[in-house]
Amino acid sequence: MFNKSGRKETPEINGSSLADIAFLLLIFFLVVTTIDVDTGIGLMLPPIPDDTEPPPVRERNLMNILVNAQGMILLDEEPSAISEVKSRIKEFVDNHGVDPNLSDSPDDAIVSIKTDRRTPYRVYINMLDEVMGAYNELRNTASMDRFGVPFSQLNDGSVEREEISDMYPKKISIAEPDEG
Amino acid sequence: MSRFNKKQAKTKQSVPTSAMPDVVFMLLIFFMVTTVLREVELQVQVNYTRAENIEKIEQKRLVSYIYIGPERLGGDRLGETRVQIDDALVDDINAIRNIMYDKLLEEPRLIVSLRVDQDSEFGTITDVQQELRHAGTLRINYSTLREI
Repeated sequence: MFNKSGRKETPEINGSSLADIAFLLLIFFLVVTTIDVDTGIGLMLPPIPDDTEPPPVRERNLMNILVNAQGMILLDEEPSAISEVKSRIKEFVDNHGVDPNLSDSPDDAIVSIKTDRRTPYRVYINMLDEVMGAYNELRNTASMDRFGVPFSQLNDGSVEREEISDMYPKKISIAEPDEG
Repeated sequence: MSRFNKKQAKTKQSVPTSAMPDVVFMLLIFFMVTTVLREVELQVQVNYTRAENIEKIEQKRLVSYIYIGPERLGGDRLGETRVQIDDALVDDINAIRNIMYDKLLEEPRLIVSLRVDQDSEFGTITDVQQELRHAGTLRINYSTLREI
C-alpha cells in the first residue's frame, strides 16, 4: 500500500504562480520608472573676476544682448524681434572683418547677455536658443563645406569636431548683474 | 467519416505557456536595470520650457540638479519662488556656494543642471548663478524639453 502511493506522487513544486509574481514585480518597476529629461542648453559661466583688469575687448567684437523686464530684446541697443536674433548673430560672428561694425573674426566675437531681475525665464531661454541655433548653423555649414557631413554626425572628441568647434568657438558671456 | 473524427480529436487546443515566466522575467530584469529610482521629492513646481538647439547630458553621474520654481503648498496652491537642492528648500541663498563647493570637491567635472519653472523671473536665477560662480561650478545646463 505504501509503495503504491509513493510511486504515484511525483515530487514537484507548483510553478504556475511564478508568472504572477514576476508580473507583479514587473508592474511595480513599470510604475516607478521615470524616463527623465536630461536635455538642455549647456553654458559655461564666467569665473568671478579677480583684481586684474580683464583684457580690453574692441567694441566691434562685442554683441550686447539685453533682455529687459518686459521680455523685450535689445541687440546692441536696438529693439528687435526674437526671430531676428539668429540671423543677426550669424552675420555678426561670420563677418571676418568685412563690415567695420561687426566682428573681426569668429574667434574674437563675443556675445554678451544681460538680463534684468524681472526678465521672464521663458524669453531668456528662447533668446539663448536662438543664439545656440546661430552657432549650430554656422558650425554645420563649415562642417558641410569641409567634410561633407553635418556637424552633429562628427564623433565626440574627433579631430574634425575639434577643428570646427575651434573655428566657431561659442564665446557667450553673462554680463555682471547690476547691484541691488 | 470516422477518419475525420479521429484527426480532430488529436489536435491540441492550448497554447503552451511554460515559457511565459521566462519572458516576463526578461522584461522584469530589463526594467530593473534601466530604472532610475526617483531620488528627490520635489517641493517646487517645475514646468520645463522648450527649446530647439539642445544637447543631451550623457554622463548622468556628473549632474547635480537645482530646482527653481514656485513652492508647492497643500491643495494645489503655489507659493513664492524657491530654490531646492537635493531634498531641501534653500532658505539662505548664500548657502548655495558652500553646498555646491562641497559637491565640486567630490566631483570635479560637475555639471549643474538648472531646472527652472518657465514662469519664473530671472532675478532668482541670477542670484543662483552668482553663487555658482563663487563656488566655482561654472558648467551649467538649463533643462529644457525638445521643441515639438
